Amino acid sequence: MGATIIEKIVAARVGRPVAAGEVVWLPQDIVTARDFGGASVVKNFQDAYGEDAEVFDPERIRFTFDCNAPANTVGYATNQQLCRRFARKHGIRVHDVDAGIGSHLLIEQGLALPGRTAIGTDSHYNILGAVGALGQGMGDIDVAFAFRNGQVWFEVPPTVRVNVNATLAPNASAKDLTLAVVKHFGSDGLLGKAAEFYGDVIEQLDLPGRITLASMGTEMSALVCFIPPNGAVLDWLGRRSGSAPEGIAADADAVYAEEVTLELGEIEPMIACPYSPDNVHAVREVAAGNVRVDTGFIGSCTNGRAEDYAAAFAQLEGGHVAEGVTLKLVPATREVFAAMLYSGLLEKLFNVGALVHNQGCGGCAAGQVGMTGAGEVQVSTSNRNFRGKQGAGQTYLASPATVAASVRAGRIAVPEEAS
Amino acid sequence: MSEFVITGKAFPLEGSDGALVSGIDTDMIFHNRWLHITRLEEMGQHALGNLQGYEDFPERVEPGMWVVAGRNFGAGSSRQQAVDCFKALGCVGVIAVSVAPIYLRNAINAGLPIAQVPALEGEVQAGDELTLDMEVSTLTIARSGAVLPAEPPVSSVQREILAAGGLLRVAHE
Repeated sequence: MGATIIEKIVAARVGRPVAAGEVVWLPQDIVTARDFGGASVVKNFQDAYGEDAEVFDPERIRFTFDCNAPANTVGYATNQQLCRRFARKHGIRVHDVDAGIGSHLLIEQGLALPGRTAIGTDSHYNILGAVGALGQGMGDIDVAFAFRNGQVWFEVPPTVRVNVNATLAPNASAKDLTLAVVKHFGSDGLLGKAAEFYGDVIEQLDLPGRITLASMGTEMSALVCFIPPNGAVLDWLGRRSGSAPEGIAADADAVYAEEVTLELGEIEPMIACPYSPDNVHAVREVAAGNVRVDTGFIGSCTNGRAEDYAAAFAQLEGGHVAEGVTLKLVPATREVFAAMLYSGLLEKLFNVGALVHNQGCGGCAAGQVGMTGAGEVQVSTSNRNFRGKQGAGQTYLASPATVAASVRAGRIAVPEEAS
Repeated sequence: MSEFVITGKAFPLEGSDGALVSGIDTDMIFHNRWLHITRLEEMGQHALGNLQGYEDFPERVEPGMWVVAGRNFGAGSSRQQAVDCFKALGCVGVIAVSVAPIYLRNAINAGLPIAQVPALEGEVQAGDELTLDMEVSTLTIARSGAVLPAEPPVSSVQREILAAGGLLRVAHE
């Protein structure tokens, strides 16, 4: 009997075939803790195993300070320093407040490769499904346990095979496809399941687009959304890892819990209205309501790549962020920041009115960049718009192009066709 | 009685329509502005502080109560505080129609009993005595005598970790 992608990954790690429903101890190739959760990981580790206990393998553990970067309260600064002290003692590498989003670092550095396993205190770690790796966000107890043991308990989930039949309208992008998928499944439509995505429109996604889709698996309560890597993705990963990574694919006779075919037609720009990521409508319909915008945010693990900022600039070129409106940019990583800096994109975005912040998680994390006040309307490329998450205002979720078009117009607006 | 049979009074989280609230995410349970807190004793006061109508939950809940909710409880982030804040208040556990996957394992790892009961809606009133039997995966409501299945069944991992007193006390080779 054939295996799905997740069954293959787990089987390779535990050394025997597994099927959905089995509980295993799953070895991890890399275990990380960010500044949110990191201090609790350290405290749990020391309380449970003693001050002098060794970690399983310092080479396979990282701290990634991406949430409060740099710390804006003494509490967060103290937590980060506690992690740094622990890291120095154990010889663990710290990707400090200047590095960027931890999950993206794993991809950029060639540590997340098809078939690998990773956990971190980040609920969007399943983003690694974009390269065919099994990333899982876990709490600080799991991560403390894994610091010591190098593994976590894991119940092999059922897999849903999702075939997407769709094309992207000339002014639509991977984020619009993603929002259309979230609209279909809803906030718990993939609860506790793995998903595999197939179809021409999926196959044609570039790596940033795959990251966007995989990242919002969490907003459908999926454990992970796998997008089997194509040749271009494998080539890119090969250059980053200095190896020749093999792809990963389900067996032809894999057993799925469910097979779903989404007939989405030509996907137009989509937007998730307050206060749920699955409250998705066409931008065209929302724009008809003449919704005034106070601020825009482009960044997050969902849309914080250089390609996302290029798409945003295409909408702002020749114009400017509207008077009385702000646009905040938070590149995902230092590498993205550098790419924007040296290509001149940063200067161009600055000149059309963008406020450029340092790399990291930005607006998603405790208001490190830009909380909203009561009544304030934000259009954001991030992945969550729950009530109160990013302040007292209202957050709409959309593509970089839609955010840029909207801050230019001063109201929610349909982006122009990309030239 | 087995350590896997747990009884407590229900504290249902209901909306203005009387239905159990669905989609209670981790920012409603334990808002991100409190994520610097690492001491359990300090967490209880913020429990459900961002859930409309339940901002005063820490004052209203009593030790020994079940938190009872609708679908997809604990969606969102991986923050352990969203589990620990209920432990801090002495809640016996969480019963929901369904639970988001990271939250589910965080509760199991912390040794906080948790179960998904699909047929929960309309069955529970405030103060009802609820008994979760984790051996046979049922929830019994004393007032009505209803016996509802937990689906999927409570996993053996949950019992093993609960018996050990949390994941970090589970011996591992």
